Parts: sequence; structure tokens; C-alpha cells
Amino acid sequence: MTTLPSANDFLLIAPELFLLGMICAVLVIDVFLSDVQRNVTYWLAQFTLAATAALVLIVDPGVRVVAFAGTFVSDPLAVLLKLFVLGVTIAVFVYSRPYMRERDLFRGEYFVLGLAGVLGMLVLISAHSLLTIYLGLELMSLSLYAMVAFQRDSRRASESAMKYFVLGALASGLLLYGMSILYGLTGSLDITAISAALVQSSHPSLAVGLAVVFVVAGLAFKLGAVPFHMWVPDVYEGSPTSVTLYLGTVTKIAAFAMVMRLLVEALPSTHMQWSGMLELLVILSLAVGNIVAIAQHSIKRMLAYSTISHVGFVFMGIFAGTDNGYAAAMFYVLTYALMSAGAFGMVTLLSRKGFEAENLEDFKGLNERSPWLAFIMLLLMFSMAGVPPTVGFYAKLVVLQAVVQVNQPWLALYAVIMSVIGAFYYLRAIKYVYFDKAEDETPLRPGLDVGVVMSANGLAMLALGVLPGALMAYCAAAVAGLQ
Amino acid sequence: MLAHWPLLSLVIWTPILGGFVVLGAGEKASGARRLALIFAVATFVFSVPLYTGFDTHTASMQFVELQPWISSLNINYYLGVDGLSMPLILLTTFTTVLVVIAAWEVIREHTGQYLAAFLIMEGLMNGVFSALDSILFYIFFEAMLIPMFIVIGVWGGPRRVYATLKFFLYTFLGSVLMLIALIYMYTQSGSFSVLDFQHLHLGMTAQILIFLAFMGAFAVKIPMWPVHTWLPDAHVEAPTGGSVILAAVMLKIGGYGFLRFALPITPDASQALSGLLIFMSLVAVVYIGFVALVQQDMKKLIAYSSIAHMGFVTLGFFVIYAIVAHAGDPHGGALALEGSMVQMISHGFISGAMFLCVGVLYDRMHSREISDYGGVVNRMPVFAGFFVLFAMANAGLPGTSGFVGEFMVILASFHASFWLALIAALTLIIGAAYTLWLVKRVIYGPVTNKRVAALTDVSRRETLILGLLAAAVLVLGVWPAPLLDVMHVSVQHLLQQALTSKL
Repeated sequence: MTTLPSANDFLLIAPELFLLGMICAVLVIDVFLSDVQRNVTYWLAQFTLAATAALVLIVDPGVRVVAFAGTFVSDPLAVLLKLFVLGVTIAVFVYSRPYMRERDLFRGEYFVLGLAGVLGMLVLISAHSLLTIYLGLELMSLSLYAMVAFQRDSRRASESAMKYFVLGALASGLLLYGMSILYGLTGSLDITAISAALVQSSHPSLAVGLAVVFVVAGLAFKLGAVPFHMWVPDVYEGSPTSVTLYLGTVTKIAAFAMVMRLLVEALPSTHMQWSGMLELLVILSLAVGNIVAIAQHSIKRMLAYSTISHVGFVFMGIFAGTDNGYAAAMFYVLTYALMSAGAFGMVTLLSRKGFEAENLEDFKGLNERSPWLAFIMLLLMFSMAGVPPTVGFYAKLVVLQAVVQVNQPWLALYAVIMSVIGAFYYLRAIKYVYFDKAEDETPLRPGLDVGVVMSANGLAMLALGVLPGALMAYCAAAVAGLQ
Repeated sequence: MLAHWPLLSLVIWTPILGGFVVLGAGEKASGARRLALIFAVATFVFSVPLYTGFDTHTASMQFVELQPWISSLNINYYLGVDGLSMPLILLTTFTTVLVVIAAWEVIREHTGQYLAAFLIMEGLMNGVFSALDSILFYIFFEAMLIPMFIVIGVWGGPRRVYATLKFFLYTFLGSVLMLIALIYMYTQSGSFSVLDFQHLHLGMTAQILIFLAFMGAFAVKIPMWPVHTWLPDAHVEAPTGGSVILAAVMLKIGGYGFLRFALPITPDASQALSGLLIFMSLVAVVYIGFVALVQQDMKKLIAYSSIAHMGFVTLGFFVIYAIVAHAGDPHGGALALEGSMVQMISHGFISGAMFLCVGVLYDRMHSREISDYGGVVNRMPVFAGFFVLFAMANAGLPGTSGFVGEFMVILASFHASFWLALIAALTLIIGAAYTLWLVKRVIYGPVTNKRVAALTDVSRRETLILGLLAAAVLVLGVWPAPLLDVMHVSVQHLLQQALTSKL
């Protein structure tokens, strides 16, 4: 345990080190900029993300390498998840810029906090020890709390930040408690060591069960699965849309990585115990997410409940407990991040100076105002509903396939029936876009960057829907590389 | 030379590509129309060699294209047609050309989007008929809902939102059940190929559940009583083109699904449940026929008549088991299946034509209420001629295509039971009653009001569409052999599959 880190170890964390350095640099540079020069911060942040992504690719060892005395791991899973986190964050920043500029929120802190959150996610994704997991998680969460509270004059934002902070801290506490029991049982923080120690059945099963309960509860809290979902709609609704965008997309990828590291890598021998809990989470999340969403008029709340139901699907893949299931869940979470980035991006796009697109009605007549954006919205919504030929269909297909494979066809049946209920509110959104006349006929002309990224985002739904094979194969390889 | 082209891919992707070209061409209506017509005609031209180059002596798949697609799930881009699917592809490409022409002066809002939706839908429907990989099938099957959803919702009548949501959710619910069945069979066979599924051995419980899942998808689509309620709503609210495609092609997809999936994959379950299916079909034929009789809305009347006619199709599918049980030999079975196939094609022409006729009237009067009309023949003699011809065909008059299919199915039913055939034959009376009464109230009699008095007869464009359909109805009615020949071997093969127990 006393081995010193080698140069090779430092090479592996080069992306994280670079990102940390750049965060400090951006923070300092931003101080010297006047408000009109704020774009410099924006472009620096974008450059940082792109360069970090490039570094992730450059230092990718291609195989699983554990570094820093077993606290850090680089494997295909981590590489793919990191690339998605960085890529989606770039899109999120692009969508956010006009929104924030029109609301006097275009300040450097958003980007600094956003980058810090990304750093937390990268650490979390590559964590190979309970401590690193917690470190990454808290770095991410603290940045998020601050971002939610970013609009400090808004009472709603402050309230939701408070709620998020208190509940998030509670969840962290639960998780930490579960981890401490695990440490007490196995005497190690290293994930591989914990996994190996738990295979020997000398541990009292009650204590192991207790640890699993707390870990699962903590994870469910962070992902927002029912019955730990209370914060999701309120926080999504209360935050500035640019923050909801960030919160609803990239953090899900990181939280998924945490689930993989904890449940699949550290606790595979307790699959019997956690699969039952996950099943309950799945059943409740699908029901609550899909049914309650129907009653929502606020687009952000609707998307929040839709997130809950999608989280149900992600957990369903993990519930299967096979490599197939994990790969399916991974495919699901990655495509979900893209979908929701597009959907929330669309909400920011419809909001203008002095006008917040909050209700579904604000989508009325989008087809009259911009046929192209209406078409993108159509793709995004059908993808969320899981209708082919969009990628949302494959995400559901692979998860269902994994579940049927482990002889749970009834759960799969339940899931598809819930998706039909869910399809209703996605269709309702399309109804506003296409069937209703616009109340406000001004044509919608997004900036070039937003337009391009939004088009790419929407068309990715179609492209990945027609050719999902490569990403699927990569997910399968990443999961196979875990052992 | 054409035989070496990937014809099936061409009939799928030409219209889809065309749809996007039309979308991209912008809002100018005249350009969009010409472009759409070019693509629709091109697709029809590509589909003709499917018929001329078809080998009528084999039941195996022809024009096969097989490319690996998603290797991790063993999903392939696998296309091929036999005598059951090829005629339906021709029906689709033919009908789409008519729909594009029918929209020419009628659709004024978002013309490009309207035509693009129909072209994309055409490609997807051709995909449904030619897919031999079940996931590929499912993708086309579901994706098809998207353009139809938009078509009804944007260009439909006053209650269009209700109707289109009902249409989408109904069919979506049915098809997700089928998805679970497909995934289950994949875990059993390791492949998504329909042909592999047909060879898969399944126990009785599994077969029953799979059959019910198929029924969820296809019985809703056809639609069978009692899951038919979405159809009248969708038809009434849909624009004319939407109604035509819905009645002429989309309903056939349900029937085709039974032939391609239910009968060959779950023969024992089909046999076990054939009594139920026959009962449901007879209810559709008789009860829905009476429902059609009391309709006040022309489109609703034709919609209910469609359900009744599709009852004949499903009767023909499942009566084969009753024939074997009663007569002991499957001789009459082929007659029943061929009759059902002819009925599907013929109903495609007739219902399409009927909806186009209503469209012609609606464009002039903006009303679908029967009571608003009367004495149309005095102002529109040519139109009245067409309308009467199609109505007669709808009622099953000998010499028209409507007669052939119904007659074959009734004849086959006699092999099963006299009473069964008798009940089925009631359709000839009920069908004649509601269609002829419709004709009497709308076409004949004195001119009832000023708006009817102001009607002008069909334009050249309308005459062209209706004339083409009239020719199709008459040719198929007098000389159905070209159609029967291509499906004969495939029907025999299907019959053998449907009657061979997998247990």
C-alpha cells in the first residue's frame, strides 16, 4: 500500500489534472474580464472541455489499468462515459449561453462551477475506491448545489437549491453510512478487495444486507428513482433552465458510473440482495414517472417525471444482473443524456428575454415558427417515447431483451405498458408543436452555434436509431472489460 | 437487367428519400407536388419488376437482400417477398401515386409536409411488407405511425387531436405486446429472423401467449371487433389521403401480420383459438354491418364497412382450421386463404376509391353528412357513375373485385359448416343494404338544396384517379388469375405451415 505513484499513474489522470488547472485559470482570468468580454470565459470553457476530451482519448490505455494504489481506474467504460460527459457538457454550454445572456446570468461562475462539476464526474467515473467515489460525488454535488442557487434573486431557485442541498446531503449521508459498514466488514476501501472479501460468506448476511440497503438508497437518491425522487421535479422546475439542462443530462451519466462501480464491481456477490430492491425501484419509478407526468403542465416538471421513468429503465437493465443488462443500461443512459440535452435545449431555445418557456403551451405552433426545429423536437419526443426509428427504441429494446433473457418477461410487459402510458405525454408535446396554431408568430431563429448543435443533437437520435450497432458494441465491450 | 437491382431497397428508400427532398424543397406548393409525384411514380415503376420478375413456382423468398446490421443482437437488414407480400407492395405503390394526385389542389397548408409524410409512409409500409427480420419489421411497423399521426393531426377535421392520439396509442399498445413476444422468441432461437421463428419449436403455453401478443398487434391494426373503435374516429377526422392510405394499405398490414407471423409461428395456438377468432370475425361481418347501416356520416359508414370487410379476411384466415376439423382434408383451406388475400387487395382498391369519392364531395360541400346531399347525379353525372360502380363493388356485385374474394371465402366456409357459410353470406345482404341505401340518399332523388345544385362535375384530375381505380376493380373482378397465380404456391406453403403442429 505504500508504493509511490509512478509517472505512468500521473499520465493516466492527465485529463483530470489538465481540467483542474484550467478551472483555476478560468476562475482567475474571469475576474479580469468585463461583462462584455464574458465570451472569453465561455470559449475558454469550451476549449477546456474539448481539450480534456482529446486528452482522454490520447491517454486511453485501451485496457483496464488501476493506478494510484488502487484508487483510480481507467477502463473502456470510463473512457466512453467521460467522452459522453464532456461532449454533452459542450452541448449544454452552447444551449445555455443565449439563455443566460438574456437573463443577466451570463457570468463566469456558471462555467467555472460547471467545469468543477465535470471534474467531479470524471473522478467519480474513474473511481476504484470508496473514497474516490465519495470525493468525486461530493465535488460534483457541491458544484450542482451552487449552480441551482445561481439565480440568487429568485426565490424559487433559492428554495429549490435549499431542497436539493438538504436532500442531497441526506443521500450522501446514507451512501457514506453504507460505505462505512462495507469498510467495517471487509476492512478495505478498494473495490476489488471489497468484492473479493464479500465472496467469502463469512460475513453476517444481515450486516451485508444493511450496507447494501444504504448504498442502494443513496444511489437511488442521486439518480432520482422512486421512492427517492421527491427532489427531482422541484429542483428541475426551480433552477434556471440552463442549470436544469446540466443537471438533467450529464449527472445521470456520472451517477450511472457510480452505480456500476458500487453495485456491479464492488457488490456483485450480493446481487440476490440488491436485485430485489432494484426491482421495486423499477416498478415504482416506471409507474410514478409515467403516470404523474401526464398531469404536468410545466414542461420542466414533465421532463423531470420523464427522467424518473427513464431512470426506471436504466435500473431495469442493471437489475437483470448480466453483462447484457449492464451494457443495455449503459446504452440507455448515454442515449438518454443526448435526448434530454436536446429536449431541455429546446426549452432554453424557446425562452426569450423576459419570457420563460415553462408550459407545454409555449410549444404551440412551433411548426409555423420553424419547421426544422419542430422536426427536431419530433425526433426528440419520439425518441423519448421509444418509437422507432429513433434511438430511444433501441435503448428500450436492449433493456427489455436483457430482462426477458433472465426470465422476467412479465416485468418487461409491465415496462412496455408503462411506456405506452408515457407515450401519451410525449405525443401531447408533439400535438402542441404540430397541431396547434402559434399564439406568437414570430419566426424562431436560433444563433448559428445553437442551431448547428441542436440539429446535430436531433439528427443523432435518427442516426443512432438507424445505426445503433457501433455504440451498442462499444457498450458491450466496456462492460466486458470490467472483470 | 432490373432483376439484379436491389428492388426492395429501392421501393423502400426511394420514397423516403423523396420525402426528405420534398421537405427540404421548402414551402412552395407547386414544386413540392411535382417532386412528390416524380418520386411516387418512380417508386411505382421500381415495384413493377417485382411482379414481372416474380417466379410463381416457388414458395421461398425472392428478391432477397441480406446484410448484417446490428451484429451484437444478430439483427439483419433482411428483405424478401413471396406471393403474399408482393401484391401488397404493388397496392401500396399504386395507391400512393393516387394519393399524391388527389392532394393536388386540395391541400393548401404545408403542402410539402403533407406530401412528404405520405412518401415516407409509403417507404415504411413497403418495408413492413418486405422485412424478414422481425426487428426490421417492427421498426417499419411502428415508424409508420409517426407520419400518420402527423397527417391526421395536422390536416384532419375538428376532433383530429382526439382521433390521432387514440389511433396512435391503440396501435402502439398492441405492437409493444408483440415486441415482447419477438424478444422472447429471440432468447429462444438466437435470431430475429422471421423464417427462423417459423421453424422454432414452442410449447403450447408459449404459443398461446405469443399468439395473444400477435393478436394485440394485428387485430388492432386490421381492426377486428371489439378493438376496432379507433378506426371510425381516425377515418372521420383524417384528410382524404390519410383515409385512403389507412383503409387501402394500413389495415392490410394487420392481415399480412397474421399471415406472416401468427399462422406459421404459432399454428397450434391459432388452431386452439380459431373458434374465438372466427366468432370475432363473424361479429364484425354481421354486427358491424348493421352499425354501418345507421351511420349519418359518409366516412364513418365506409369505415364501418371496412371493418366488416376485414372481418371476411380474418374469417378466411382462421376458417382453415374449421375446414380441416370438419372435412378432414385441407383442400378448402387454400381457397379460404386465397379468398382472403384477394379480398385484401380488392378492398384496397374499393375502400380507397370510396374515400376518394367522399373526398370529391367534401372538397365541394365541406360536409360529410349524408343528409346534406341528395340528387347529386343531376349535377355530377360522371361522378355518380363512378360512385355507383364502387358502391356496387363494395356490396360484392359479381363482375367487380369485391365479389371474388367474398365468394371464395364463403365457398370455403361451406367446407367447414353450412351455418358458418350462411352467416358469412349475410354480408351480401347487409353490405348491399348499407351501400345501396347510401347511394340512394346521396346520389339519386331530386336535388335537395342549393348547395347541391351548385355542384360541378369531376375535374380531369379526379376522373383520372377514379378511372384508374375503376379499371383496377373491374379487371380484378373479371380476371383475377394474374393475382391468384402469383400467390398460389405461397398460399399452399403457408397452409402447410399453418396446419403442421409444432408440439
